[in-house]
Formats: sequence, structure tokens, C-alpha cells
Amino acid sequence: MPFQHIVFAIEDGVALLSFNRPAQLNSFNTAMHLEVREALKQVRHSSEARVLLLTGEGRAFCAGQDLSDRNVAPGADMPDLGESIDRFYNPLVRTLRDLPMPVVCAVNGVAAGAGANIPLACDLVLAARSASFIQAFCKIGLVPDSGGTWLLPRLVGMARAKALAMLGERLGAEQAEQWGLIHRVVDDAALRDEALALARQLATQPTYGLALIKRGLNASFDHGFDDQLQLERDLQRLAGRSDDYREGVDAFMNKRTPAFKGR
Amino acid sequence: MPRYLDVQPPANGVQLVTLQRPDALNALCTALLAELAATLEAAAQDDQVAAVVITGNLKAFAAGADIAEMAERDLVGMLDDPRIAYWRTIAAFPKALVAAVNGYALGGGCELAMCADIIVAGSDARFGQPEINLGIMPGAGGTQRLLRAVGKPLAMQMVLTGEPISSRHALQAGLVSEVTQPEFTVERALHIARTIAAKAPLAVRLAKQALLQAGDTDLASGLRLERQAFTVLAGTADRDEGIRAFQEKRQPHFQGR
Repeated sequence: MPFQHIVFAIEDGVALLSFNRPAQLNSFNTAMHLEVREALKQVRHSSEARVLLLTGEGRAFCAGQDLSDRNVAPGADMPDLGESIDRFYNPLVRTLRDLPMPVVCAVNGVAAGAGANIPLACDLVLAARSASFIQAFCKIGLVPDSGGTWLLPRLVGMARAKALAMLGERLGAEQAEQWGLIHRVVDDAALRDEALALARQLATQPTYGLALIKRGLNASFDHGFDDQLQLERDLQRLAGRSDDYREGVDAFMNKRTPAFKGR
Repeated sequence: MPRYLDVQPPANGVQLVTLQRPDALNALCTALLAELAATLEAAAQDDQVAAVVITGNLKAFAAGADIAEMAERDLVGMLDDPRIAYWRTIAAFPKALVAAVNGYALGGGCELAMCADIIVAGSDARFGQPEINLGIMPGAGGTQRLLRAVGKPLAMQMVLTGEPISSRHALQAGLVSEVTQPEFTVERALHIARTIAAKAPLAVRLAKQALLQAGDTDLASGLRLERQAFTVLAGTADRDEGIRAFQEKRQPHFQGR
């Protein structure tokens, strides 16, 4: 199926998904949602993909919901936003969080509204030095969605989360890095290459083990210490049965470079 | 040889039974139910089996009854439905029955899980009674065992809306006893079953009966039945052995007598 609103390809173990509505700052309309969903389905069922790299074409990463889709004629009923979240945004961030492989996000420019929170559902976020994160929801009477109210306080603390969510001010990439919202800032011109290099490197790693790490860390926010210790035991049991663990130990003992297969 | 089941030989007193109709998400066609009833009947008679674990695959425990098969049956056909007897056999299994549920446990699948004494669920399991969506209703205990397990409001919501609940919700409501990582659901169920299989068989059997009666009878009658069962055990050799082993700080050796 040819895509119109995204660029999508799987190559060398890296699934690259790039939002591609640059004239609309890569904001979401229904058609783009459906294409993103289809591409993520292909990633999940691909035997080749070992990393997902998410980014945007043009000068923005993603400006969230395309509000021209939301213009309501005077006197007409307002749409049920909960339905759109149920149908599109929640499944999207759930899929990114649950995908059994690392998800790298390269934030190449403005990330606003849902577009600011989608990266937070990814695993490793790089951002261009000129990129910015804007919790724009409060400016139009809305609430941060796509997991924002849950992830922000956990990433930057409640005080900063509330300031971001209630003031809706632009948070620059460097500040975002200092606050621990993202992993690393990269020079604009180098972002795409660095993100690809990181993704390609991850694609040679023990994918299954990385997926288990992701499962463990994601669960830590909901667990007490004791439950998490039990989860670690179970995940380690699973990891210990993988081919890659066997290969990793063998390569270590024989002082050679391991050749991981991702399972 | 059963066609829709994988029946492992008993090990450490536990028999693992796996529903195997993956192309139909383990939908419970009549032939499958018949095999399951026959397998449990045989397990009830087999001295090597003290407990049975029943499971499906990672995607589905069992996603319901076979709809095409049901569509063919009219009112008279339903009255003569052989499935009624199979369900009765499954529910009457006298030894410990543990369900290891991953993925979908819907309709008849949810009802089958509720026939088990203990349900261990994978973190991605979904329990539901979607019959209402087809203009029918649960017909194998779904309105009765579900209400006893989760209480009226949630049972009503599930049966009348047909919408499933997550394993986390099921744990909170009391439908399942434990939630595990999906890869470990069967292992954990086997572990629980082996723990039970190491106990005195008569004590397990009577304790199971007493617990099942608790859901059906008033407290005074239940307490009377419990006391009777308790008294019966006083006449068993295993009770003497159990108490003596405890006093002598050693492992008991139960004979089933």
C-alpha cells in the first residue's frame, strides 16, 4: 500500500516512519492516522524490523491534531474528542510503548500538542537543537492527551509538568534535555544521520532482551519495589532462555564480537 | 487420540491439557467440548492425576463457542444439545482444575475458565461474555459463576454490554487469583497445580467441595457441610500422617487413604 501522508520503509533492521504533511507541520488528520496505524502494524508483524525510528519531514516534527479538521460550523454540535482519542491517539501511544523493540524518536522541529507527547511514549528521544516542545492544549481550552498528563510528571516532576501543561510555553530542546524530558540534543544538520546511526546500531543488539528491558522499565511506574523485583525475576528468566543470551555469553568467554539475531 | 486437544501424560501428579484449535481462536465446538469432557473423566479416574491444568495459546484461551454450529440448532435442537452434558462433566471434575488464561477468554471460553477452581491470567488476557451482541446470552454458567465471582454490578455490565475486561480488572474483581507475564502463565499454573498435587488427595477433594458449596448455600448449611467433611477426614490415614509429619518436622507421605 503506497503511503501519502507518511514515509515508511524497513531497511537493515530499521523501520523508518516519517510524518509527511510538511505544509501542515505534519499535523494529524484521519488519513495520516490510518497510515501510521497501518505502518505500525507492519512493523509489529515484520520479522526483519528490530528498531523503529520515528521522525518528521520538513521543519516540524508534528503539530498534533490538524485543527482545520475540527472547525465546526456556527451552531453545530462540537465533535466528541474522547472518541478521536479512543480511536487514534491512545492506540498510537500504546502501540509505541508496547512495541517489542526500541523506538527511537528524532524530533526535528516543533513538537506541539499530541505531537509533543508522542515522543514521550518512545524509548530514546533525540531532538534537533532548534526543536521545541509545546503543550499547546491549554491555549484552546483542552487537556494534554496522548499520555501527557501521565508521562510529564514522571519525566520532569510535578512542578515543571504543571507549568508546561498550564502555561503552554515553548520548551527548547536544550532545556528539555536538562530537565530529563529527552535523551539528547543534536545539531540540526546532524540529527537525521545521528538518529539513523543510533537506530542501525540498536538493530544489531539483542532485540528481545531490549524489549524485555522496555517492558520492565515501563512497568516500574505502576509497581511497588516488591512487585518490580518479581517482574525482574520473570523477565530475566525469559531473557536467559534467549538465543542472544547464549550467544552473548559464548562471545564473551571466547573474546569475540557477538552476532545477535534478536531472539 | 483427541483432535482438538493436546493431552500430556501426567507429571508429578499434574496433567496439562492444551486446547488446540488455533485457526478458530480455540472456539469451543461440540467435538472439542466432548474431548475435554472425556479427558477430564479419564483424569478423574487416573490415580496418576491429582490436578489438571487447562490452557490455550498466547493469543486465545478460547474465544467462545462455535457460532456456525450454534446457528444450525433451533429451539428443539437446543433442548437436546449434547453440550449440556459435557459442560456438566467439566464442572463436576472432582480434582483440582487450574486454568492458565492468555489472550481471549470470551463467551464459552470465559465460562470454561470459570469452571476451573483457580484462574491464573497473563497480563494481556481479556475476559468477557459477548453473547449479547449476537442476540443471545451466556448459556454455560456465564450469568451465574460470573456474578458469584465479581459481584452484581460488574457481572451485569459485562453480560449486558458484552464488553470484555482486562486481566488487571479481573484480578481486582476477584475473577482471577494471579496475573503473570504471558510467557509464564502456564508455568505458574503448573506450579500451583503441583503444589496441590503434593497434598492429601482426600483433603483436597473435600476442601474443593466445601468451597464450591459456599457459593450455593446459606452460611449455616455451608458450615454444617464443612464440619461433616472435616469430620470425615479424621478417619483417613493421610490425616494421621499429615499431623505426625508436622510434629516430627518432616515431609508427609500421603497415600490417598
